[in-house]
Amino acid sequence: MSFLGEGLALGHYLALGAVLFCIAVAGIFLNRKNVIVLLMCIELMLLSVNINFVAFSREFGEADGQVFVFFILTVAAAEAAIGLAILVALFRNRRTINVADIDLLKG
Amino acid sequence: MDYVLLAFFAFAAVAVMAAVAVISVRNPVHSVLFLVLTFFSVACTWILAGAEFLGVALILVYVGAIMVLFLFVVMMLDIDVAGLKEGYVRYLPVGLVVAVVMLLQILAVIGVRARSVPFAPQSEMAETANTAWVAYTLFTDYLLPFEIAALILTVAVIAAVVLTLRRREGTKHQKPGDQSRVKAADRVRLVSMPAEALRSTRDAPSGGRAPDGEDKA
Repeated sequence: MSFLGEGLALGHYLALGAVLFCIAVAGIFLNRKNVIVLLMCIELMLLSVNINFVAFSREFGEADGQVFVFFILTVAAAEAAIGLAILVALFRNRRTINVADIDLLKG
Repeated sequence: MDYVLLAFFAFAAVAVMAAVAVISVRNPVHSVLFLVLTFFSVACTWILAGAEFLGVALILVYVGAIMVLFLFVVMMLDIDVAGLKEGYVRYLPVGLVVAVVMLLQILAVIGVRARSVPFAPQSEMAETANTAWVAYTLFTDYLLPFEIAALILTVAVIAAVVLTLRRREGTKHQKPGDQSRVKAADRVRLVSMPAEALRSTRDAPSGGRAPDGEDKA
């Protein structure tokens, strides 16, 4: 098991963040029709970014990384609130959340 | 291979499996619940890295508030699940290819060297009082961004309310502006009536009509 590392290291966290980010990208490709799952994939991407910030904060012993995670959490909360509000307004007007049906701007 | 590393691998495995479940299950409600599991596992790995405040904040803010908001919206909307899943198989190959290639690229960039050096021991402040350690930085160097974050949250709350507000015709609702602007004269009208003695109900009112104000009571 030596290839897994001797102790908890920066690479472990970076690898976890990379895996979660790629899963989120794959989710955006696979669930192209469902806006709710798209929003969840964006949350997953922000989470993987936060993992990297926490890992680098631990690596360098600086608190700045954790402060930035704090700000990203704030912005992610705002994004989720506005995204879900848009979703509710959209569903109320069009009775669907299918991305393929939302083509008002197509002309 | 110490226990911390073992715990990290356990939490990371749960997080990755739950994340795969998020994008692959059919029911959006299950998807949200698996996302909760992902966030919880990742919060545990953060606590292993010493970021205790952020780990607890992630659970409280995300699992407690945002995921409940997601669940609320998912359950409120009447979603045609079968229709939304069509095209899943069609995009499966390209999605997998993009994800795997991207993962390989990122892992190549991270490199093996950074992977193998364990974390150095933290300073005593960071080790014992993580919240105070973060707070010192947050409230000194990052005070202005902190205030801006508060502003962003306020704007987001107002935007969410305004986006979902709608006025329907025919509903009765209060107008707080009119309520607070009202004066006593708008509510009560004092009518001056001459006092009458021995008035019977059979007597016709004077002039054939009721005195001012009596018929509008």
